[in-house]
Amino acid sequence: MTSAPSEGAAARAAGAGGATGAHTAAYESRTALTGTAPREAREAILDVRDLVKHYPLTQGVVIKRQVGAVKAVDGVSFELRRGETLGIVGESGCGKSTVAKLVTSLEAPTSGSIRFKGEDVTRLSGRALKAVRRNIQMVFQDPYTSLNPRMTVGDIVGEPFDIHPEVAPKGERRRAVRELLDVVGLDPEYVNRYPHQFSGGQRQRIGIARGLALRPEIIVADEPVSALDVSVQAQVVNLMERLQDEFDLSYIFIAHDLSVVRHISDRVGVMYLGKLVETGTESEIYEHPTHPYTQALLSAVPVPDPGAEAGRARIVLEGDVPSPANPPSGCRFRTRCWKADERCAREEPPLRIPDGAGGGAGSGGEGADGPGRGTAGNAARHPSACHYAEEKARIVPD
Amino acid sequence: MTQTQAGGGPAPGPDPDGADPARLLEVRDLRVEFRTRDGVATAVDGVSFGVAAGETLAVLGESGCGKSVTAQAVMGILDSPPGHVTGGEIRFGGRDLLRMSAEGRRAVRGARMAMIFQDALSALNPVLSVGQQLGEMFQVHRGASRKEARAKAVELMERVRIPAARERAGDYPHQFSGGMRQRIMIAMALALEPELIIADEPTTALDVTVQAQVMELLAELQSEYRMGLILITHDLGVVADVADRIAVMYAGRIVETAPVGDLYRAPAHPYTRGLLDSIPRLDQKGQQLDAVKGLPPSLLRVPPGCSFHPRCPLARPVCHADEPPLYEVGQGRSSACHFWKELLDDECAE
Repeated sequence: MTSAPSEGAAARAAGAGGATGAHTAAYESRTALTGTAPREAREAILDVRDLVKHYPLTQGVVIKRQVGAVKAVDGVSFELRRGETLGIVGESGCGKSTVAKLVTSLEAPTSGSIRFKGEDVTRLSGRALKAVRRNIQMVFQDPYTSLNPRMTVGDIVGEPFDIHPEVAPKGERRRAVRELLDVVGLDPEYVNRYPHQFSGGQRQRIGIARGLALRPEIIVADEPVSALDVSVQAQVVNLMERLQDEFDLSYIFIAHDLSVVRHISDRVGVMYLGKLVETGTESEIYEHPTHPYTQALLSAVPVPDPGAEAGRARIVLEGDVPSPANPPSGCRFRTRCWKADERCAREEPPLRIPDGAGGGAGSGGEGADGPGRGTAGNAARHPSACHYAEEKARIVPD
Repeated sequence: MTQTQAGGGPAPGPDPDGADPARLLEVRDLRVEFRTRDGVATAVDGVSFGVAAGETLAVLGESGCGKSVTAQAVMGILDSPPGHVTGGEIRFGGRDLLRMSAEGRRAVRGARMAMIFQDALSALNPVLSVGQQLGEMFQVHRGASRKEARAKAVELMERVRIPAARERAGDYPHQFSGGMRQRIMIAMALALEPELIIADEPTTALDVTVQAQVMELLAELQSEYRMGLILITHDLGVVADVADRIAVMYAGRIVETAPVGDLYRAPAHPYTRGLLDSIPRLDQKGQQLDAVKGLPPSLLRVPPGCSFHPRCPLARPVCHADEPPLYEVGQGRSSACHFWKELLDDECAE
């Protein structure tokens, strides 16, 4: 809202000043402006509407003609608020990584808008696009292939400054890089080492340092801990949480591991075959899921507690995810859904708060309560793209 | 017999596994070394365990702890060089596999003991149809004709519930989805009705909904055939559901063995406890994760004394000097920690 321009000014001032610790200074000023508001009440920093990405399928070598399209992302809308973490979960091929590429402007969408602080990123080019890209950075999944093996750590973390020299003037870079390494918990003396000299967890820290280099406001992390061992995974998750608080970052955290997503996210979106099928706060999605796919997904996650497994509702889905080049008519999940009927094949269910949510009697009164969480009556008051959305007990053990 | 202690000879001690000669597989004091340019890495350092028919033993550990190398040594498919089995015995059905001829082992492998690999796409031959690959098992081991082999292959594909098995037997691995490929791997392992199956991270590459399908199938077939199953994994969740007993490995050694319920309720080794504390839970929104600090050691430079001591919150001077033996800490439980008693008392108090 009002804080946006002044923050930009603060960041620029700090950058131009080039003082020691410019990094933290800029972030501190931002935190001071917004840090006190509860996360739900903060302004949306990113507003994605009806995002679509179709990859054309062509036939013919000389004369190419389009014979279809892979509908990787097919109408996805969400908001990201300042300082919050939006988790996106889904199985492989559901389009979650394509969303990451679109949000970071690595791919151009087929249609739809991505508004960053009110400005539609998809219409920008040149200098204006470059400025937005600086503010939306990415951390990649595989720390083994996302770092150039022939570059030193110092060069990798400092490379963003070549593209955006205004962030750290030439004389300041060395120091900025050492500071970044320190921030992510690596010894600054390692600047001259090469990626192969580090373990997986340390490499992911290098990737995070690179993502932080330009002082972005949003970090899109695509499966940042999936390639790491359990004990190291926890270290990196803790680091990301600390950095978020320290620098007031907004995260889009994409992962297939539902436990990690619950741990780190404030709000969660569940994707299936290019669409969001359910969105809500972390507790709405995990404690009161209403979409059959979310329920099946949650029930399939093994819980490390032999006692809790007993008596838990298990839904084992039949078959595989259909091809995104030829998705089923109507509801895309109907081919694997136990609730599906003719209506599901005919009508596509919109993503909206289900009718009759809030429980039978006295639902009018509860509606006035606003976004209260946890109470049984308000439990299903979050959007779900199912004609027959309803809660199901014992999906996640208590 | 448990492990041979460093320095001492084979020390008779309590047997945490309750060694039973009638058990299907009995591995004792197995050692595997990798001779590399940088020195000798002891990937498996005196590991002992056993599996009974119909039992599921999970071997749990992080990458580089030696769990897959152990499996390869048992299966007899260790890359050699650089890997060498330098000691111990692997008794299977009463005979020591390490003393068998190469031909003898080949007859065991596949027919009596089979393996399911993590990455089905690279484990299957891309230029042979799945029907041919499945049928080959019967041609090689059972002397079946091509026609018989093909019929058997279709039957197997039906048994692992691949839809339209007859039509799909002529398809190549890349034409199947990840879950279906893993089913074909399972079919191949089951083909000759082995007594023991070793599954090395069988569901790691799969999505959760497909993982659930595959694990369910595997458990069902195991009880149907009363096979022994060694499940190698890093996923504490998968293990909780299907295993009977768990062996936790760290830096080439088993640091804890326990029945599955006991291990989750009250781990007797600080590493196991660290692992359990460091995973985010689906059923809880935790605050900060209690991560195990530091990194697993390089196998070329395993710390002296207890190999976990540099990362251990309980470490005391004795841990730097003395390697803890695998103590018997309860019914069918053992822990390689000097302070296991403290840990267990602490957990009971909580």
